[in-house]
Amino acid sequence: MNKLLNIYFTAGYPDINATAQIVLDLQKSGVDMIEIGLPYSDPLADGPSIQASGQKALDNGMNTDLLFEQLTSIKDQIKIPVYLMGYYNQWYQYGLETFCNKCKEVGIEGLIMPDLPLGYFDEKHKNILQENDLKICFLITPDTAEDRIEEIGKCSTGFVYIVSNSSTTGKKEDISQHQIAYFERIKSYKFNSKKLIGFGIHDNQTFAKACEYADGAIIGSAFVNHIKEDYSFENIERFVSGVRSGVEV
Amino acid sequence: MTAKINRMKADERGFYGEFGGAFIPEMLHKNIQDLQERYEGIVSQESFQKRFKDLLKTYSGRPTPLTYAASISEELGANVYLKREDLNHTGAHKINNAIGQALLAMEMGKTRIIAETGAGQHGVATATVCALLDLECIVYMGSKDIERQSPNVRRMKMLGAEVRAVYSGSQTLKDATNEAIRDWINHPESTHYLIGSTVGPHPYPEMVAAFQSIISEETLKQLGEIKADSVIACVGGGSNAAGAFFHFVEDESVELIAVEASGYGLETDKTAASATLGTAGILHGSKTLLLQTKDGQIEEAHSISAGLDYPGIGPMHAHLVKSDRVKIMTATDTEALEAAKWMARKEGIIPALETAHAIAALKKITFKPNQNIVLCLSGRGDKDMQTYAQYLDNE
Repeated sequence: MNKLLNIYFTAGYPDINATAQIVLDLQKSGVDMIEIGLPYSDPLADGPSIQASGQKALDNGMNTDLLFEQLTSIKDQIKIPVYLMGYYNQWYQYGLETFCNKCKEVGIEGLIMPDLPLGYFDEKHKNILQENDLKICFLITPDTAEDRIEEIGKCSTGFVYIVSNSSTTGKKEDISQHQIAYFERIKSYKFNSKKLIGFGIHDNQTFAKACEYADGAIIGSAFVNHIKEDYSFENIERFVSGVRSGVEV
Repeated sequence: MTAKINRMKADERGFYGEFGGAFIPEMLHKNIQDLQERYEGIVSQESFQKRFKDLLKTYSGRPTPLTYAASISEELGANVYLKREDLNHTGAHKINNAIGQALLAMEMGKTRIIAETGAGQHGVATATVCALLDLECIVYMGSKDIERQSPNVRRMKMLGAEVRAVYSGSQTLKDATNEAIRDWINHPESTHYLIGSTVGPHPYPEMVAAFQSIISEETLKQLGEIKADSVIACVGGGSNAAGAFFHFVEDESVELIAVEASGYGLETDKTAASATLGTAGILHGSKTLLLQTKDGQIEEAHSISAGLDYPGIGPMHAHLVKSDRVKIMTATDTEALEAAKWMARKEGIIPALETAHAIAALKKITFKPNQNIVLCLSGRGDKDMQTYAQYLDNE
């Protein structure tokens, strides 16, 4: 089975009008899924790279309405799943329902809200998502207890987001034996949705390693850093093929 | 400390009315769950309480006095009692909570303590307790605050703590808190995050309020036959207010007044009046009243006082305000400066700039004759001398 490459980038970064082009170019470069980050003033789960990209995007004038507008312009051209990653306050303030209506309208596949943990995600959220054909993805970490892993697997209708390490996003380290043991442990769980490993995946080696234990992996900070100066199609494709090289698919 | 009451405690879901909860990334779930499950058991142990109370007494110098402020009382035509938290070791109420949480952290097997600080009082208190108990200590502080509260930065370093400057976002308390939370995400096993105010995910607000409840516990005893009519405290995140209100909150005959910083004024965008102007949203793991845009981006707060310069308020206070149990008042930067001078000249007490906001409210209230007012004098003004000196020079 093909291993999935999911690329994250921040909406409105590096330029306010870059969003739509980056989505299409990623798709053209052959990625399997895209995660668009809705820039936020207080991104608790993110390391320096994504924080800085979010700050720049906000300074550029990015906001929720504008992102929906930008996506509307390309919605008929998008063929791969596009997820929206944000923080719960952004969803909450926009209006739980209105936000989901908009997501559906522009063809979003699902949501990732790292600070909306299981326990606060309730029937109300579930129904609104369902009514708008939206999926949701929850995170598992090395410290997540067994019964909770089962529960998260059940509730994640998009994919299960396996956080590779106890860390914020963007740590550039090799994958340790300790992490391998954790990946092995998660591999034994049977979920209805796919498992993707994220956080700290930054090159073809870490991507290949992650793919041995999951259905694919997510790269965020490394891609955000890569397009800082140059978000041309050529540069995006260079990144994507670089990550893919050496990975049996 | 374990009173039968009260509204300072969260419900079984970690909420105070509609506010509170624990909106945290999964990476912190285990740590928060451990705290939720274990903290009450640990702090209710007799041995814990003994050690805690002992340090409060022999190390911090409690009980702190309740001072009758004769000159101010005469001027106002009311009886003003000052609860002298400024006389604690390290100069503010913050040490009460720092001692409590550090002991708790040790019981939980943690060896590394992280903290956020705004004015630096909580950072100093944490650094102090960590030195005493031989714990590693890292304090996150906004780069702007490092500049305006430099005496406290020097104190923390003298005590052996590492002070990490935070350059992201507002470069003040809000982003120092973000950075501390990120540190905790990266070091979940060794580290306890020693939050200094009644903010953060459940059980922090409740826990901090409980450790600070010693303030009102002593006040009640010290008042004896005297019946308090009003209790006044300044509020940023709300820890001294929580402590000052704690044992009064279920007695509806006592008026509770929280004073927040309105900065340049409520009509400007340079303000920290989150209870007055804010809307419900999520920050630092709990749902509360916040200064935010319609998109849910958290706005920068402004106050001359680094300890009140926070765009939210503790969730229990949000609930107490919304349910009309606590009355909110505001004081501007200038009113606070003026009030600090008034207190210094009338009573010979130089208050912290945070406290000065509560003092400023005294001048705005119409008192009944002989009304008994308790004002929580939460900290001393040594750290603010540069700001005060500038103010006097410019007069």
